[in-house]
Amino acid sequence: MKVLVCMSVVPDTTTKIAFTDNNTQFNKDGVQFIINPYDELAITRGLELAEANSGSVTVVHVGPAENEASIRKALSMGVNEAIRIDALAHDAQFVAEQIAEIAQGYDLILTGRESIDYNGGAVCGLLGALLNIPSVNVVTEINYSDGTFSFTRDIDGGREMLSCKAPVVASAQKDLCEPRIPNMRGIMAARTKPLQVIAAKETTQASQYVAYESPAPKSGVKLIDPSNSQELINILRNELKVI
Amino acid sequence: MSVIVFTEIDNQQYKKSSLEAISYGKKVAQNFGLSCIALSLDTLSDTATLGKYGADRVISLGQNTAFTSDNTAQLVAEACKQLEAQIVVISNTYTGKSLAPRLAVTLDASLATNVISMPDTSAGFKVKRGVFSGKAFAYTDLTKNIKLLAITPNTFDIDSSGNDITPETLSVTAEASKISIDKSDKVVGKVPLTEAEIVVSAGRGMKGPENWNMVEELADLMGAATACSKPVSDMGWRPHAEHVGQTGITIKPNLYVAIGISGAIQHLAGVSSSKTIVAINKDPEAPFFKAADYGIVGDAFEIVPQLIQALKN
Ligand SMILES: Cc1cc2nc3c(=O)[nH]c(=O)nc-3n(C[C@H](O)[C@H](O)[C@H](O)COP(=O)(O)OP(=O)(O)OC[C@H]3O[C@@H](n4cnc5c(N)ncnc54)[C@H](O)[C@@H]3O)c2cc1C
Ligand SMILES: Nc1ncnc2c1ncn2[C@@H]1O[C@H](COP(=O)(O)O)[C@@H](O)[C@H]1O
Repeated sequence: MKVLVCMSVVPDTTTKIAFTDNNTQFNKDGVQFIINPYDELAITRGLELAEANSGSVTVVHVGPAENEASIRKALSMGVNEAIRIDALAHDAQFVAEQIAEIAQGYDLILTGRESIDYNGGAVCGLLGALLNIPSVNVVTEINYSDGTFSFTRDIDGGREMLSCKAPVVASAQKDLCEPRIPNMRGIMAARTKPLQVIAAKETTQASQYVAYESPAPKSGVKLIDPSNSQELINILRNELKVI
Repeated sequence: MSVIVFTEIDNQQYKKSSLEAISYGKKVAQNFGLSCIALSLDTLSDTATLGKYGADRVISLGQNTAFTSDNTAQLVAEACKQLEAQIVVISNTYTGKSLAPRLAVTLDASLATNVISMPDTSAGFKVKRGVFSGKAFAYTDLTKNIKLLAITPNTFDIDSSGNDITPETLSVTAEASKISIDKSDKVVGKVPLTEAEIVVSAGRGMKGPENWNMVEELADLMGAATACSKPVSDMGWRPHAEHVGQTGITIKPNLYVAIGISGAIQHLAGVSSSKTIVAINKDPEAPFFKAADYGIVGDAFEIVPQLIQALKN
């Protein structure tokens, strides 16, 4: 079984998000970058499936050379080889068009449910349509037997079980597995594993970020006396009329 | 040319988020002098009422098969082509997000998900979207001819000042889906978390899953959906589908009540867009109080029963 995992590199979850250049650039100063948490799940489940079915896992990342440390981390988790498409990813459509170029010949393609920086949640479906294969998003379970993948996925207000033949693209949701932590041997092995860098192809731009904004700060909390918590219900009911 | 709004059906009814999408689509259509067409996969008894929410035309595709990303996207894309869609509006739900990207490819459209504003066309076609899981917003300019907007539920008002209209049908075809749906479990009669107007959420301060009865009772009395912090779902106290935050679900209800949750940055990321936030925590230094509008410093095991009592009175 050949598995391809798409991996994005995002600011660590503790990052305070700030902008520079008159709110037109994300401020990377002092920010630590990590593998997108959902992609760690995709990598882990991809490895488990490949290991059980004498397969291999390739990761692909669209991004600059400075993200190679995160790619090496994926390799140290057990991934066999990596491809970096050398370009700044400016939107999900660009990313998917680049990945579609190298995505032929895999049985299973995995992405994260969304990248926690731009929250597009789009690459899975975009790849499915570009490759003309089924796409299944927000999956919490993936199993394989005899050329058929079966999935459990979140749907609005519930869950669904579905199956389809390879090839298929799916996006990883929390609960899929526990992310694998690289061990010493994996870290050593990762140094010499193949990391191929390829040039990006020309595409028509679909969108462009022009400015950013931070949420307005809260005006301050109004504390309610714990011995009179009835007061909270009165406020919610009569003043705010939300309940 | 037209603005097409894709509607979702749940339990033989149109979802609230779809009604929001139609009212949004109507406003967009008016700004561009286009007509707003509500697209329904199937015909329901209340299909005509979509006119009330702003649809100038209501078109049913006469399909009563289950949603599958490949087949449904082809059907909708085909309809969008026949109806000369200029702008397509979809709800940013799981269904919407499985459909929208495939449509974007087939229609060669620019796609923006998580949209929380009307388009600004003073220069280009800009929309505001939520990024960094609620920690920031971004303005993006959509540069292709056709634009596809997946709008965040609970963001836009429903305007029901229109009138019922007679639904039309449109015949479209697509390849059969390669996906077989083996089982579908929906919690009936409960609002999905992302669409809930009120959410009651609890964290590790509740000590154990056996103490969630009072959280659920409070939620029921408020007509709220329940949510939880990440460790609570990690430990299996609650289902993962309730986990909100940067690595869970991002929500923006009218009211978010956080009980025994510290207010870590990753948690706040997913809930800080809520209109009103109430924090209940025994630690006066809990970071949640900096993000809340109302707070009670106290023991949840005393405060929650008091709130339940107050609601019953
Ligand atoms: C990569 C990453 C991603 C993450 N993503 C998320 C995410 O998406 N969502 C999320 O929620 N977290 C996330 N976290 C975890 C986050 O950092 C916090 O650890 C978590 O939110 C804490 O959960 P909690 O507030 O329930 O528990 P705690 O931090 O243990 O807080 C419990 C709170 O309950 C209060 N308390 C205790 N007893 C009582 C009582 N009797 N009455 C009232 N109050 C009481 C305490 O004062 C305390 O403030 C993430 C962390 C990482 C590293
Ligand atoms: N620059 C990138 N390179 C490779 N894969 C990516 C990139 N950006 C996003 N992805 C993949 O697409 C998923 C969803 O991203 P998004 O649609 O941007 O929210 C991520 O979890 C990754 O699996």
